[in-house]
Amino acid sequence: MPTPQPARPADAILNARITKTFPFGERRFSLDVDFSATPGFTILFGESGSGKTTLLNCIAGLAMPDAGRIAVGERVIFDASNDVKVPVAKRGVGYVLQDLALFPHLTVEQNTEYGLARLPRSERKQRALAMLHQFRIDHLRQQLPAEISGGERQRVALARSLVTDPCVLLLDEPLAALDAATKAKIIDDLRLWNQAHRIPILYVTHSREEVMALGERVMVLEQGRIIAQGSPHQVLSAPTHESVAQLVGFENIFDATVWLVHEDRGTMTWRLPGIEAGMFVLLETPLIRAEQGSHLRVGIRAGDILLAIAKPEGLSARNIIPGRVLSLERRDMLISLRVNCGVEMEVHVTLAARDALGLVEGREVWLVIKTYSCHLMQK
Amino acid sequence: MSIDWQSFRLTIELAVIVSAILLGVGLPLAYWIAFSRWHWKFLVEAIVALPIVLPPTVLGFYVLVALGSQSPLGRWWQSLTGHTLAFTFTGLVIGSILYSLPFAVQPFTAAFSSVDRKLLAASATLGASPLRTFFRVVIPLSIPGLVTGVVLAFAHTMGEFGVVLMVGGNIPGVTRTVSIDIYDQVQASNYASANATALLLLIFCFAALTVVYGLNRRSARLWTMGPVK
Repeated sequence: MPTPQPARPADAILNARITKTFPFGERRFSLDVDFSATPGFTILFGESGSGKTTLLNCIAGLAMPDAGRIAVGERVIFDASNDVKVPVAKRGVGYVLQDLALFPHLTVEQNTEYGLARLPRSERKQRALAMLHQFRIDHLRQQLPAEISGGERQRVALARSLVTDPCVLLLDEPLAALDAATKAKIIDDLRLWNQAHRIPILYVTHSREEVMALGERVMVLEQGRIIAQGSPHQVLSAPTHESVAQLVGFENIFDATVWLVHEDRGTMTWRLPGIEAGMFVLLETPLIRAEQGSHLRVGIRAGDILLAIAKPEGLSARNIIPGRVLSLERRDMLISLRVNCGVEMEVHVTLAARDALGLVEGREVWLVIKTYSCHLMQK
Repeated sequence: MSIDWQSFRLTIELAVIVSAILLGVGLPLAYWIAFSRWHWKFLVEAIVALPIVLPPTVLGFYVLVALGSQSPLGRWWQSLTGHTLAFTFTGLVIGSILYSLPFAVQPFTAAFSSVDRKLLAASATLGASPLRTFFRVVIPLSIPGLVTGVVLAFAHTMGEFGVVLMVGGNIPGVTRTVSIDIYDQVQASNYASANATALLLLIFCFAALTVVYGLNRRSARLWTMGPVK
């Protein structure tokens, strides 16, 4: 019986070492990565323009790296030094492009069968139907892509790639346009499929929620380089890089210098230069290995800061800093305050908290920040 | 008042042959223009577009020279068949192909160029060869443009005058087309006959264009994906 793709060993690992430069004047960009992806989800996280899509294009064969090597298990699909360039159509890499690229003139069923041309007609039909059934869209098989919803189109695009039994799956922000409920259901189905097939899946996203929901591993890309990788919790909850912190939403990021190290207390005090020259703010954080006088960045989430209208006492929090409300701005169901406490700090509170505390411009407040809410990271 | 049905039949025969050949020649040419990254591609595009701006008499004159017994092509044809290409139906077909080339190739090229490149990428990642991609994705999505090109080439051949007169002359049943017939009728002051023939040609061209625009509208409506629901 013919198989649609070259046979692949179970649990093959994707190994990729890719460099590629786009020499376009001032907008010069270069991709330079070296990583392995084991079967399961690997999230590619990063701003637009960080090289995520270029990386996927290189693996799929739509873009040609300048140098490097790409292999799935033992099978080499690209090797610049040995002149191996397996063409796109023969790579067996599944790729769901950013805007899905469903064939508008073919029905859902015809789209799904498209990649099975080498199989006899009856088997083609049978496989496509099984896949459509698995993704709960078998009732739509006679519809055109224009006649179905965004979530359904998404399922068709996934089914169309997965039915070819790819050795690697590349997903470029596949769920970006969908609401949270639809997204969660599709993620569940995709996860279920992957439990049975175990191939490396590279999943590009901007969304922190998707990273947390899917992630077994996450790689953060910045300007064509991998700047952080690990479990989503390691990388996103305690970012060691400022750019990662900005991506995952640390509203407050400051330069900081080591002021005092309290080895016995398990904390250290950092000096943050103030808004006014010569002024500064001291901040107590968890102890890390850093010499007195060394420079780092400290990030604090706006939602992790408590506000009080009188100086609070008897708290475990080590940082209680006086300040004055500069401005209030309503964002949907929360209030974003800018508070001058020597440095300018963004604080998020609920509408209820604003009313209970009578927060208005010019109001004197106290900021309460736990040491563990202060995240230290490299610039 | 009488309509010269012989010249009508001859003209339709000419137009059918010319548009069929242009479909065969035009598809690969248009595909090349749409997808090639050759630096000097614009030169080919300019040559293809030339008949649009060139006076038909100029084009007709050079085709006549090229087909004549003084040219290598003419001599080769004469040694093969024993007569020249000038003032024959075959000569007329050759002249008409050149004259109507841009009217077929330009809509083809526009249609190919407007096929989303992401669909071609998706097709390749699904294991399809460039040829399969061409027949399963590019051609079906270009149907309105292909119909436009064929219909325009057909109608344009139906109505040509200058090239026919230069290359074919005015031989009844061999090279006398409808537009030449109309010209003859007017010269002979047969205004009623000229009017009947001209009106028929007018109605035909209008019908052809109606089909083209109607078809374009229908497929646009069928395939457009609305905003994500």
